[in-house]
Amino acid sequence: MSAQDFVIVTLAEQSFGIPVMQVRDVLRRQRMTPVPLAPHAVAGLLNLRGRIVTAFDLRVRLGLAPRAADADAANVVVELGGELYALIVDAVGDVLTIPPGRLERVPATLDPVWREIAAAAHAADHGLVVLLDIARVLDLTPQFRNAS
Amino acid sequence: MDELLRDFIAETTEHLAVLDRDLVAIEQTPGNGRLVSDAFRSVHSVKGTCGFLGLKRLETVLHAAENLLGKIRDGALPANPAAIGTLLGASDRARSLIGILARDGHEPDGADGDIVARLELAARPSPGAPLVDAAAGSETAGPEAAADTPAALSIRVNLDTIDRLMAEVGELVLARNQVMQMLRDRTDGETALALQRLSQVTSTLQESVMKTRMQPIGQAWGKLPRMVRDLGRELGKKIELRLEGSETELDRQVMELVKDPFTHMVRNAADHGIETPQERHRAGKPDSGVIALSARQEGGAIVITLADDGRGIDPEIIRATARRAGVVGEAELRAMSEREVQQLVFRAGFTTAAQVTTVSGRGVGLDVVRSNVEKIGGTVELSSAPGRGTRFVIKIPLTLAIVPALLLDCAGQRFAIPQTAVAELVRAGGEHRIEWLHDAPVLRLRGSLVPLVALRDVLGLGKAEARAAETLIAIVGYGTQRFGVTIDRVDDAEEIVVKSLSPMLRGVKLFAGSTILGDGSVVLILDPGALAAAVGAGETVAAPGTAAPLPRLDGAPRGVSMLIFRAGSDVPKAMPLSAILRIEEVAAREIEPVEGKSAMLYRGEAMRVHAFAALGNDDGKRRVLIVAQGGATLGFVVDEIVDTVDETPALDRSVARPGLLGIAAIAGRLTEIVDVAYYAGLEPARAHETARSAA
Repeated sequence: MSAQDFVIVTLAEQSFGIPVMQVRDVLRRQRMTPVPLAPHAVAGLLNLRGRIVTAFDLRVRLGLAPRAADADAANVVVELGGELYALIVDAVGDVLTIPPGRLERVPATLDPVWREIAAAAHAADHGLVVLLDIARVLDLTPQFRNAS
Repeated sequence: MDELLRDFIAETTEHLAVLDRDLVAIEQTPGNGRLVSDAFRSVHSVKGTCGFLGLKRLETVLHAAENLLGKIRDGALPANPAAIGTLLGASDRARSLIGILARDGHEPDGADGDIVARLELAARPSPGAPLVDAAAGSETAGPEAAADTPAALSIRVNLDTIDRLMAEVGELVLARNQVMQMLRDRTDGETALALQRLSQVTSTLQESVMKTRMQPIGQAWGKLPRMVRDLGRELGKKIELRLEGSETELDRQVMELVKDPFTHMVRNAADHGIETPQERHRAGKPDSGVIALSARQEGGAIVITLADDGRGIDPEIIRATARRAGVVGEAELRAMSEREVQQLVFRAGFTTAAQVTTVSGRGVGLDVVRSNVEKIGGTVELSSAPGRGTRFVIKIPLTLAIVPALLLDCAGQRFAIPQTAVAELVRAGGEHRIEWLHDAPVLRLRGSLVPLVALRDVLGLGKAEARAAETLIAIVGYGTQRFGVTIDRVDDAEEIVVKSLSPMLRGVKLFAGSTILGDGSVVLILDPGALAAAVGAGETVAAPGTAAPLPRLDGAPRGVSMLIFRAGSDVPKAMPLSAILRIEEVAAREIEPVEGKSAMLYRGEAMRVHAFAALGNDDGKRRVLIVAQGGATLGFVVDEIVDTVDETPALDRSVARPGLLGIAAIAGRLTEIVDVAYYAGLEPARAHETARSAA
C-alpha cells in the first residue's frame, strides 16, 4: 500500500483527515435549505453548480458542541456512491501525506461514536489526527432508528 | 418598418428555404405527391399574404409559380428537371425581392416578365407529354403519397441516450430559469432579446425531447387481447375487449410504471368482474361481457378508463370482507357511504374473490395498483353499480421529468408541491370557516367537511398559530382523499425538475425529492401521498357536494363536540357528535308514518325517525342524522347542518322538558341541546348521564 493523502480539517480543535481521493470540492460557508424531520446531523441541501448536495454537520455527527452562529465554517464536498455530500467542518487545513506505516489503530478507549467512524489514527507533529471513514460517517442508520 | 411586414419577411424567408428543399426532393422522387402538395400550399399561402400587403412583384412571380406547381400536382405535367429548375429560378427571384424589401421596406421598381414568361412556358403542356385526368388523385394525393415516403425517416436510438438527453434538457431548463431570474431586472434591449431567444429555444428543445420519449399507449396494451382471450377460455367466459385511444401518447417512463397495473386490472375485470355466460343470461345480459379500455389526453394528464359490464362490486361483500380481514374498524365501516366502501378494495390485504383462482387473488391487489399510480402523481378512482359493472378512472401525468409546481411558504421556508395535487386554494374565513373538533381542524367547503392539517405541524416547524381566523389552505386531492393543508403563503408557480433525495434522506417520507429553483435555491418537494398519511384521513371524504362523514374522534382527548343543526324551527339545535353515526340523504317518501310515528328502512331494517316538525309530503330529499344510542339506532330529520363546535357549553336546565336537555349559548347563539337518549327511549337515569357528559 502506498502513501495516502488526507485533507486535514478541524472540529473543536481536533484534527481529522478526509481521504483526498474522495474529496470533490472545498467550499466556504454556504446558504442551505434545511430539511425538516431529517436526522439532526443533516444541516440542509445546497446547490453546487446545479447539483443538489446534502450537507452534513460533522460536529453533530461527532457529538460535539454546536457551532456558534457566527463562527467560521467550511464545506468539504465528498462523493460516496455517486452522491455528493458536504461535510461541514470548522476549518480546512493542508493536505497531509501519510505513509502506510504511520497509520495506527484507533485507540480502544475512544468514544464509541468516534471509533465507529474512524478508520485509523495518525500521530502528526502538531498532534493526533483521526482519519475518517467517509462511508461510516455518512451511515446514519443507527441514529435514524433512534430518531424515528 | 411595421411589424406585420417584418413577420412576413421572416416567415417567407423560411418558406422559401423549405420550398427549395422540397423542390429538390421532388426532382429526386418525382412520384412524391405529398411534397408537391406541400410546395404548392406554401407558395399559395405566401402569395395570398403578398396580395394583402400590396407586394405586386412578389405576387406575380409566386402566382406563376403556383400555377406551374398546381399542374405538376394535378399530374398534368411531369416534375422534370426543366420545370423544377424554372421553379427554383422563381424561388431565387422571390428571395432577392424579399432581400430588398427587408432593406428598403418596399418592393423595388421593375418587372419580372422574364421569370414569369419562363414559368408560363413551362406550365404549357408539351406536345409529347401524356395528359392525365386532372381530377384523378388530386384531392387524395396527400395521404396516398404518404405511404410512398421513403422508409428511412426514423432511426433507432438507444433509450439510455434519450433518457440522458432528457436529463440534460432538465438541467438546461433549470439553468435557463436561473439566468432569467438573475437578469430579470436588466431591461436593456439586447439582453432581453437574447434571453427571450434562449428561453424560447429551451422550451422548444424541451418539448421536442419530451416528444421523443412519447410512445402510444397501445404499446402497453399490446398483450391484452391475447391475455383476455386466454383468460376467457380458462374461466369459461365470453369476454370482448375493446380498446380505444390506443394512439394516445405517454412518456416512456410513465408507461413503464403503469404497464403492470393495467394488466393487473384487466385481469381483475376478467376474473372478478365478468360473469359466466349462464350468470349473465340469468341477469338478462348478453352472454358476452365487455371490458373497455380507453385513453385520452386531458391537459397535462392522460385519463384512462377501464370499464366492464360485469357483476360490479357489491358493497355488502366488501363490508363483510373488510370486517373479516380487519381492514377497517367496525365503527368506521358503519359510518362509510357506499362510495367509500367501494374504495376499500384499494386497501392493502383486500381481495373479494370468492375463491382464489389461478388468475388473480394471489395477494397482488389493487393496493399495488393504486400505490404504483400514486407514486407517479396519478390518481385512481372506482365506481361500481352492483349488477351493472365497474369502472376505474386512472389519471396519470404525461411526463414525470418536468412538473409544474406551486411554491408554498411555510415558517419562512419555501416548499414545492406538484400542481396536479392541488385542487384549489381557499382562504379560510367568511364562507369557508375552519371549525375545530377538539384538536382536529376541519374546513367547511361547499357543504362538505374537509380535514385540515397545518404544514407547520407536519413539518415540525413550530406550532401553527392556533385557530387563526384567516388562513390560506391548499385543498389537496390524493386518490379518493381530499384534505386541506394550511400554509402561510403561495409564493409562485414554477416548472421544476424533480431530483431524488440522497439515500440519507429517504427515511424522511414527507418529501418526494428536491429541486433547484430559478434563483438557485434548493427547495424540497412535498409528497402529497405522505401528506395524506399525515392527515390520517383514511377514506373518510365523500364526493364533493355531499356531506362528509364527520371525522372520528378516536384518540382525541375526551370531551364533547357538538353538531349544530336546524330542524323544525329557527332555533339551532345541538347534539353530541359522538352519537352520530352518519348523515344520510333520503327521498322524502322513504320516511313513512308507522303507528303515528315515522320510520324508514335503514340497512334493511326499520328504523324510527324523529322529525321535529311535521314532514311535508313532497318529492324532495330529507337529511337524516343516523344516531346510535344505547344499542338503538334512530334517525332525526334535520333541515340544515349548521356547524360543529368544540365547546363545553354551560347548560341552562331551567327550560328542560322531555327531549330537551336544556339551552346553551353556543357560538353566540342560544341553542337547544337535544336529549338523544330520550328519543332513543331509554330510562330517565341514563338520559341524565348523557346530560352530564353533554354538559
